[in-house]
Amino acid sequence: MIEAIISQIRTLWTVFLHSFSRPETVQYPEQMPYLAPRYRGRIILTRDPDGVERCVACNLCAVACPVDCIALQKTEDEDGRWYPEFFRINFSRCIMCGFCEEACPTYAIQLTPDFEMCEYDRQNMVYEKEHLLIDGPGKYPDYSFYRVAGKTIGGKDKGEAENEAPPVDVKSLLP
Amino acid sequence: MRDELFIYVIIFSTLFGTITYAAVLVWFERRLLGFWQDRHGPNRVGPFGIGLAFADILKLLSKEDWVPPFSDKFIFIFAPTTVMIAMLMGFAVVPFAPGIYIADLNIALLFFLGMTSLAVYSVLLGGLASRNKYALLGGLRSAAQMVSYEVFMGLSVMGVVMLSGSFSLVDIVNAQQDLWFVVSQFLGFFVFLIAGIAETHRLPFDLPEAEHELVAGFHTEYSGMKFGMFMLGEYLGVILISSIMTTIFFGGWLGPDFLPPIFWFALKTFILICFFVLLRAAIPRPRYDQLMSLGWKVMLPLTLINLMATGGILLWLETLS
Ligand code: SF4
Ligand code: SF4
Repeated sequence: MIEAIISQIRTLWTVFLHSFSRPETVQYPEQMPYLAPRYRGRIILTRDPDGVERCVACNLCAVACPVDCIALQKTEDEDGRWYPEFFRINFSRCIMCGFCEEACPTYAIQLTPDFEMCEYDRQNMVYEKEHLLIDGPGKYPDYSFYRVAGKTIGGKDKGEAENEAPPVDVKSLLP
Repeated sequence: MRDELFIYVIIFSTLFGTITYAAVLVWFERRLLGFWQDRHGPNRVGPFGIGLAFADILKLLSKEDWVPPFSDKFIFIFAPTTVMIAMLMGFAVVPFAPGIYIADLNIALLFFLGMTSLAVYSVLLGGLASRNKYALLGGLRSAAQMVSYEVFMGLSVMGVVMLSGSFSLVDIVNAQQDLWFVVSQFLGFFVFLIAGIAETHRLPFDLPEAEHELVAGFHTEYSGMKFGMFMLGEYLGVILISSIMTTIFFGGWLGPDFLPPIFWFALKTFILICFFVLLRAAIPRPRYDQLMSLGWKVMLPLTLINLMATGGILLWLETLS
C-alpha cells in the first residue's frame, strides 16, 4: 500500500517535471514540418533530359497499384515512341504506397514531398495527365529510357543505344 | 456594513464569477493537460485559444437537446439541474475574504457536505432515468462511490472542527492565523483530498463516467445543454472543493499583507485546481473494487486514527494547562 502511494506520488512528480520541457508539436500551417526528399506524397509524371515524356504507357504501375487508382491508355507518335494518351490518377483512392514508382521501368512516375492536396469537391481529386506532368526530370535527372533501350524509334536505329552492341547479322557466315 | 444591496452584489458576482470560471476552466484544463503532455493544447481560437471556451458554450447551446423517448422524462430533465444547483449552493458558505461571503452559517461545513452529497444524486438519477445499460452502470458505480467516500469525507474534516471549535468556515480560517491546518491535520487533508476527487468524479476517480469502458457513463444519453450542465457541474465541483480545501486547510484568505486577502484566496484555489488537473494528467483510473477497498480498508481507518489522535492530543493539552 505504502509502495503504491509512493509510486503514485512519483508519477505525479514525473509528470510535473514536464512543465519544464518543450512541446513536441509542430505548429503546422505556420511552421512547415521537414519532409525527406524521398517522402511519398503527391504523384508526378516526369520528362527525360530532352524534355520528352518519360512514360511509355507500359501499364506496369497500373498493375502494381494495390487500389487500382491508375488508369491510362497507350498510343504512339509518328517516331514510334509509346506514350499515354491519357493518364489518370484518382487521389481519393491512392494510399501513397509508392508501388507505382517502384514498378515503373522508366522513372516516369515519382512521388514527391507534398501532401497538401485537400479539395472541397471529390471530383477534383482525380488528376489528369496535364495535372501530373511536370517540366523537369524529377529525381533522376540524367536518365533517358530511349537512349539506353534497344527499341527502334525515329532517329535511333537498332544498335545505336548507349552500351548496345551492333545487331548480329544472323544470315552471314562470317565470324 | 453588510446591508442588503451588498449581499445581492456578492451573490450576483459569485454566481457570475464561478460559472464563467467553470466555463473557462474547460479550456484551461485542456491547455494545462497539453502543457504536461509536451504539446500545446487548444491554442487556435482567439488569444491563447481562450475563444474555445465560448465556442464550446455556443456548440452546446446550439446542439439538438434530445430527450430519449424510452427515458423517465421528468427525472431525466431534472437530474442535470440538481448538480448545478447543489454546487452553486455550496458557494454560499465559502468565505472569499473577510466580509466577502454570502452567508456565515454556524453550520457552514455541514452545509457544504450536504450540498456536495446532493450533487451525487444528480449522477445517480441521470444514470437511472436514461434507461441505458451504460448509464445504469455509471449510476450504480456513483452510488457505490458515494456510499464509501461520503463517510470519511465528513469524518476527515472533524479534526479541523475540533481544533478550531467551530463549524463556521470564517471561524476556521481565523483559527489558522498561526498555523495552517494542513500541517497539524495532514492526514485529514490527505483523506479529504482523495474524497474530494471522488466526490467531484474527477479522474482518477471518474468511474461513473469511465469513457473507456462505459461510453460516457451516466451521461451517455445526454446532449446539448443538459450535458453542458453536467459538465459545468463537474467543473463547479472542482472549484468548490478547491476553495473549501483552501479555506479549511490552507488558511483561506490569510497571507502576507502586501496583497489583498481575496487575492491570496484566489491564488491558493488556483494552485489546487492546477493540482486537480495534474492528477488527471498523471494517474490512471483504478479498478472499481480497488477503489472500494481503498476507501474502506485504508481511508476510513486513517480518518479514525486521525480523529482519535487529534482528540487525544487536545485532551492531553487541556489537562496540561
Ligand atoms: S502510390 Fe500506391 S496507391 Fe498510389 S497510385 Fe502509386 S501504387 Fe497506386
Ligand atoms: S508511369 Fe511508368 S510504369 Fe506507369 S505506364 Fe508509364 S512507364 Fe509504365
